[in-house]
Amino acid sequence: MTDQSTMPAQTPPADPAPAAKSAARGSWWKSDGAEPVRRNIGLVGVLVILVIIGVITRPELYGDATWVKNNVFTILQQASAIGVVTVGMTFVIIGGGIDLSVGAIIAIAGVWSTTLATQSYGTVGMIFTAIVVGVVVGLINGALISYGRLVPFIATLAMMVAARGLAAQISGKQTQVSTNSTINGIATTKIAGIPLLVIILGLVVIAGWILLNRTTFGRRTVAVGGNPEAARLAGINVRLQTVLLYALSGLCCGIAAIMLTSQATSAQAAMANLYELDAIAAAIIGGTLLSGGRGTIVGALFGVLVFSTITNLFAINNLSTEVQNMVKGGIIVAAVLLQQFRYRSLTQLLGRKPTS
Amino acid sequence: MNDLSRRRILFGGAALGAGALLTACTSNDPGENTQINTDTDTDTNPNAAPGTKVIIGFSAPAADHGWVAAITSNAKAQAAAFTDVEFRSVEAGADAAAQRAALATLIAQKPNVIVLLPHDGKELNSAGLEAMKAGIPVVNLDRAFPDQGAYRLQIKGDNFGMGLAAGAYIGDQLKAKGVANPIIGEIPGIDSLELTQERTRGFNESLATYGFKVANRRPAEFTADTGQRAATELLQALPKLDALWNHDDDQGIGVLAAINQAGRKEFFMVGGAGSKVAIAAIAADNSVLKATVTYSPSMASSAISLARLIGQGKGMSDLVELQVPKEITLASETITKANAAQYAKLGF
Repeated sequence: MTDQSTMPAQTPPADPAPAAKSAARGSWWKSDGAEPVRRNIGLVGVLVILVIIGVITRPELYGDATWVKNNVFTILQQASAIGVVTVGMTFVIIGGGIDLSVGAIIAIAGVWSTTLATQSYGTVGMIFTAIVVGVVVGLINGALISYGRLVPFIATLAMMVAARGLAAQISGKQTQVSTNSTINGIATTKIAGIPLLVIILGLVVIAGWILLNRTTFGRRTVAVGGNPEAARLAGINVRLQTVLLYALSGLCCGIAAIMLTSQATSAQAAMANLYELDAIAAAIIGGTLLSGGRGTIVGALFGVLVFSTITNLFAINNLSTEVQNMVKGGIIVAAVLLQQFRYRSLTQLLGRKPTS
Repeated sequence: MNDLSRRRILFGGAALGAGALLTACTSNDPGENTQINTDTDTDTNPNAAPGTKVIIGFSAPAADHGWVAAITSNAKAQAAAFTDVEFRSVEAGADAAAQRAALATLIAQKPNVIVLLPHDGKELNSAGLEAMKAGIPVVNLDRAFPDQGAYRLQIKGDNFGMGLAAGAYIGDQLKAKGVANPIIGEIPGIDSLELTQERTRGFNESLATYGFKVANRRPAEFTADTGQRAATELLQALPKLDALWNHDDDQGIGVLAAINQAGRKEFFMVGGAGSKVAIAAIAADNSVLKATVTYSPSMASSAISLARLIGQGKGMSDLVELQVPKEITLASETITKANAAQYAKLGF
């Protein structure tokens, strides 16, 4: 196989039945193009292992089918807000940037939408405010980075601090309780037995996948992230693309703010603490390169699910959060190491001489 | 280039202007809520009579939690209630180093008394010693300085006592119901803080006297969204629950939301700290929250009152001694439906 890097955005989503590609399986499966698929199957494998560990340690819980169904929905619901944020973060990282302010954007959007003034405008007012605030802050981020020529790390770091400060100012450092029953109901509503939060997550993931893989916006994103100079010479408006990417991240944060406000029936300046780290870690585990140009939405979703399942596993076994955090750190390191050393077969791994 | 930089300035200015405009559009005033002593009747309280002017310097961490915000607003309000007190506060910033710097400024201004809620007692101990050496008495609020020479008065809540009270309430209730092997859950706050460890210690010791123990403990971070997360995990891990102690009523908003979302009500819950919302919920008796154990930010008001007495060289009128005591530990009181009405005005 030649080391030709095909655009990872063109490969089909994780297909748990690779037998469907039996004709070209031998050559395609081992190619670079199939790397995201291999990775996603690897992540599914990790999820299966985690579930098996859960079954072994708490068989009496897993013996009850209703409990298992509730547990699956709980894991998905807990992953929903961070999952939406991760979709936006994946776009930004693929585009060659980074967004450290996602937690702060959620906080400012959440706080702004739960002020007494905004709550008086009802459900529509609150949702509108959260989304508009998210997009506007994202636009400011994008403008600072592409037109102000600030390094993304610095610009979003500054925004992280400033946005939380503004949120604290607006909320007077108090927890703002949401008295709107429709918003609070988002966390309890089920449509056809599936929680609404999970449906929102699903819709955002599908929309993100379509945007990345089936639109020119997605192609431009990968191009800008892979080689910004070549993209510019090819006629892509790199600056505008960057602004739009950060606005997209802000939009995802606005949606996540509504979801989180609904779950906690309140918002405060300290909400969504360290969400940026969780989102970045999930995107990395999912196969997104921190340097940009490669990444999949499905991988990012699996990354979020892996973290959510680990948290659930630790909770039902009453293990301390300290060990949990160390395990999470270990998984991130393992995921990145695997990304760096891509082996075609086990024999190559064993016979590999250090060359790089 | 000229065109580009002009565009940049205009764009940047527009963004800043828009931001400022949007900020002005947020009206968010829930009204004042402070817990202060406004008794000016000199017959019942001879110390209420105005005396020599006292300049009180105040420093507390930048609030990120309702409780800390309440401390600062209580201190301000109580100082305003006295005619002979001048209140000077310095923004303490986000960590101990920033607070040390703020304190240095405060000491240079030479107030009569300093009231200080340190980020961490151990880290600001030296600052307390410095102030005492400079001849300014220090009132150490809540987070304790380990050195006895670092403060003139230490007034704090009783974290251990909180756990003890919560455990006693839960133990009594379960014994009264005759539950054999009760399943008890605990949702503490930030685990890395010493006060959380103290509260858990008190809770465990109290439960042990009944022969009970905690089945699952999921820490949150004193915020509503982390409370919701921790509670959801706890409820998943324990399909049947008899009692739950949540350390903090602010994170309790999220905990109650999670309980609602899971549709579970076979157990009862005890809160902590004594927020207004929690006390109202206990009085209304429409949720699993049946009691809370106080850790009231009213201690800031008391600290200001005592700082004034120290500055004027007076003592507490109920005591025989002529000077204010060295250490005061406020008791953790259990609020249930029976006495909720009394405590309603003390909710923060």
